[in-house]
Amino acid sequence: MKVLMKADVVIVGGGIVGTAIARELSRYRLRIILAEKEDDVAMGTSKANSGIIHAGYNADFKTLKGRLNVKSNSKFDKLCQDLKVPFKRIGSLVVGFTREDLSKLIELKENGEKNGLNNLKIITGDKLLDLEANLNHEAKYALYAPSAGIISPYELNISLAENAVINGVKILLETKVVDIVQRDNQVIGVLTNKGLIETRVMINAAGLYADEIAEKIGDDFKIKPLKGEYQLFDKQWGRLVNHVLFPIPSKLSKGILVTPTVHGNLLIGPDSYWVKEKDNLATTKKGIDEVYKGAKRLIPDLPRKDLLINSFAGLRANTRGKDFIIRASKKIKGFINVAGIQSPGLSSAPAITEMVLDILREVMGDIYPKLELNYRDNFVETLDEQPRFADYLNKLEEWQEIVEKDSDYGEVICRCEKVTKGELLRAIRRPLPARSLDAIKRRIRTGMGRCQGGFCGPKVLKILAEELKISSLEISKKGENSEILKSKTKEMIKEKNS
Amino acid sequence: MKLKCDLTIIGGGPAGLAAALEAKKNGVENILLLERDKYLGGILPQCIHNGFGLQYFKEELTGPEYADKFISQIEKHKIDVKTETMVIKITSGKQVLALNRDDGLLNINTKAIVLAMGCRERTREAIAIPGSRPAGIFSAGTAQRYINVEGYIPGREVVILGSGDIGMIMARRMTLEGAKVKAVLEIMPFSTGLIRNKVQCLDDFNIPLKFNHTITNIKGKKRVEKITIGRVDKNMKVIPGTEEEIRCDTILFSVGLIPENELTTEVGIKLDSVTRGAIVNENRETEMEGIFACGNVLQVHDLADFVTEEGEIAGRAVGEYLKGKRKYRTQSIKIIPGDNIAYVVPHHIDYIVPDRKKIKLFMRVKKPAERVRISFKDNKGKKLASYKRKIVTPGEMISLFLPESVLTEQLKSVTISVKKENKE
Amino acid sequence: MKSTSLVCIKCPKGCRITVKSKEDKIISITGNDCSRGVEYAREEFINPVRILPTTIKVLGGEFPLVSVKTEKAIPKELLLKAMEEIADIEVEAPIKIGQVIKDNLLETGIRLVATRNIRRIQFF
Repeated sequence: MKVLMKADVVIVGGGIVGTAIARELSRYRLRIILAEKEDDVAMGTSKANSGIIHAGYNADFKTLKGRLNVKSNSKFDKLCQDLKVPFKRIGSLVVGFTREDLSKLIELKENGEKNGLNNLKIITGDKLLDLEANLNHEAKYALYAPSAGIISPYELNISLAENAVINGVKILLETKVVDIVQRDNQVIGVLTNKGLIETRVMINAAGLYADEIAEKIGDDFKIKPLKGEYQLFDKQWGRLVNHVLFPIPSKLSKGILVTPTVHGNLLIGPDSYWVKEKDNLATTKKGIDEVYKGAKRLIPDLPRKDLLINSFAGLRANTRGKDFIIRASKKIKGFINVAGIQSPGLSSAPAITEMVLDILREVMGDIYPKLELNYRDNFVETLDEQPRFADYLNKLEEWQEIVEKDSDYGEVICRCEKVTKGELLRAIRRPLPARSLDAIKRRIRTGMGRCQGGFCGPKVLKILAEELKISSLEISKKGENSEILKSKTKEMIKEKNS
Repeated sequence: MKLKCDLTIIGGGPAGLAAALEAKKNGVENILLLERDKYLGGILPQCIHNGFGLQYFKEELTGPEYADKFISQIEKHKIDVKTETMVIKITSGKQVLALNRDDGLLNINTKAIVLAMGCRERTREAIAIPGSRPAGIFSAGTAQRYINVEGYIPGREVVILGSGDIGMIMARRMTLEGAKVKAVLEIMPFSTGLIRNKVQCLDDFNIPLKFNHTITNIKGKKRVEKITIGRVDKNMKVIPGTEEEIRCDTILFSVGLIPENELTTEVGIKLDSVTRGAIVNENRETEMEGIFACGNVLQVHDLADFVTEEGEIAGRAVGEYLKGKRKYRTQSIKIIPGDNIAYVVPHHIDYIVPDRKKIKLFMRVKKPAERVRISFKDNKGKKLASYKRKIVTPGEMISLFLPESVLTEQLKSVTISVKKENKE
Repeated sequence: MKSTSLVCIKCPKGCRITVKSKEDKIISITGNDCSRGVEYAREEFINPVRILPTTIKVLGGEFPLVSVKTEKAIPKELLLKAMEEIADIEVEAPIKIGQVIKDNLLETGIRLVATRNIRRIQFF
């Protein structure tokens, strides 16, 4: 069998969990490989979710969800500063209308306090409307959590991956796990479609597919995809609300929220329903209507539906309402499951990482021959600032200095989101390079705006092809078989004739 | 870099080009034309089909030829042009901030501004078509750019949603290039584009046009694989049981154009909620003095010829504005859309112009109607003028004249309505 | 007598014209608002023709394609056939508007002309 590479630790899955673990482990002298089956990181649950860093009052304090969320929340300021990821601590309000709602809010508050939150407040009456002028005037009560924040989940995900790469982690894209090779009841390798990776430890962070990976070594749990649909309004509408607004949560989810995004859009969603397929990301008529209706209950003056600029769906890696599964396998040595990381997974990522590190320490001592965790002396904690033109609109003179150094930053290629060619070239040349239109979109926002790539799409495609020195016909939306263009002009006529 | 000029025009499409030339003719000296693309002409260079110029030049031209007539004049008159230059912001103090590679940040102090940014296409998302999000979904204009400018065909088996002009023109263009256009779907019971395009783009190639139809689902994970379409009732709701599947790898959306008014709203200029363009007077001057708007950024036109005409109105008006010899009416006349009129441009009439004979009003109806009379009435219900029309449809803009002779000093408003002609 | 409905495409108005005919001979043309409608209806009834706008591959130009059109309308049934002939043509930049790209397209005697100026790109 062809040995592709040798590693100490293989992490399967390039979502927020996989890349956060990869970055954390890159502090140590280890050979680390992260295998991701798609053409980029952040391609599953991490790409399509609410982008909320929750305060941590929802989950029961006896659960990992409750504990890890609260423990993580305060870590996001430094993490996002280090990695230059936009994060705003705008606070959240769970909104209630009736006495019954109020008792639920009090329950949530008490639970939050058990989890260690001491800044939760119940807000009533006019004070509520002072905080949120556009809130439904029938709303009477709210649980205010000042420590909740908003973040761009895929940007955090990508930055974690890039920082990991800078610190020596190898990320293999379009690399799918076929099997796990074991000897003497111990992991010795991971077989992928690209070949065998020899390894001593494997961390299963495969998101929706974590159960299928775990099954290969006999671990038994089930991940059920729970879909949520979202809708996004243009930037001028983000100012409609000041906080993350939640309805009273149900057993299944926190309900349809209304929130500004870190980039100033207005996001509404998600609904919540079971689907069979783990790659079913289709939006539905019913979902679109339900989300809009749900959001309108909180904000009656929601922009008209025809002002939507995007809808999308995400799948939660649900374990039928149970807790996160973060533990070493009992079936085989050198195997750690980090599974069922649905909400508040993003919010818990830093503490999940720490917990995995503790488990890893034990696992490493348990395998033969032993592995040890020793710090590297040249770990790079931060990413460089990557100036975006959109952030300089109120300090254009400063952007002038950047253009003087590199005129590519003077050429605007995306008019809706105000992105320059310099930013595009940077995204293509980063430690984890963007190779498809969607990968570029997640990094620099070309195509995220109101024209949805109608104007910038052809430009981005052309520059990407030139930069990668490949034909425009090979440029894809999201990896193999999603190429944008079918043929050169006149070639289809010639094909028919021959 | 700091610049000073008399007139800054934002957008080098047909509206901006015409405004520049007409301003020049009317004595405006120091003109700067800013264009975001590599070349002048706006969308015209990618509109390689014929059908342009019949109104304005009395000869039939293709888009690139039509554009060239103006571009060569711009060159001849040595009007300053900056291409690949993106305007970032305008201020009420008439400062224009723009960015390009060579100058970096441009800070332009100008006496007048003409907004001529054109429009963008409405997307699949704006009409909330459900389904997956694979490759193979384009707006018709983007597909047009790929085919006619970049040299690539985006699909082999195509369905087009929307019977707007671009959609129908792309149906023919893709058919000529060897693709199979399986159907053009239109949610309305009538075509929203010009009839001639239905004849020569769809009928000529036996491409089916299905009225009262829309897409109810898009399937395919990586690339579009198939779509579900359905017939809609009067309320645009899909009728159960009418759904059918069509296999295709590409969907083009031609579902309307939206004026690109972000700069306009950011400076605080009010928009008409129907046209989504600025509210203007007969000079195409917005409510902010010295800032004018013309062409598709003001109202989406059917023909480039009308865009040119409107650009000229704005260009002339800038000339008068800069000369500073305009005379206001004591009260402005409000133009009000009445029965079956969706909108009228201009929105009000503000000036007294001695030798003016008539004012051209552009409007669209809400629903198609045959054998109608379009009448102009004053605020007391007195008829000022009326015109017969055999047929009116929302897809074809109507232009009618308001005679100067009826514009008395007391006139407060003109309401325009469409009524069925009574058979007597 | 046979009645054929046509929509005039001579201008954006799109007059609905009725051609009455007997044994392929035109008896009357009605519904047109101007004289061009008569001309169009007659032609459309006997031998429908269309201008063909398309593109040609450019070598050494600032853009990969140049837009072209048939100088006069060609018979409608030749449109797809003409595209086949055009598919093989390549032209060197620079190109001027009105420049003849091909003489006598499909032996119709009609020329294919450029509709856009294309500059030559200098490779250093």
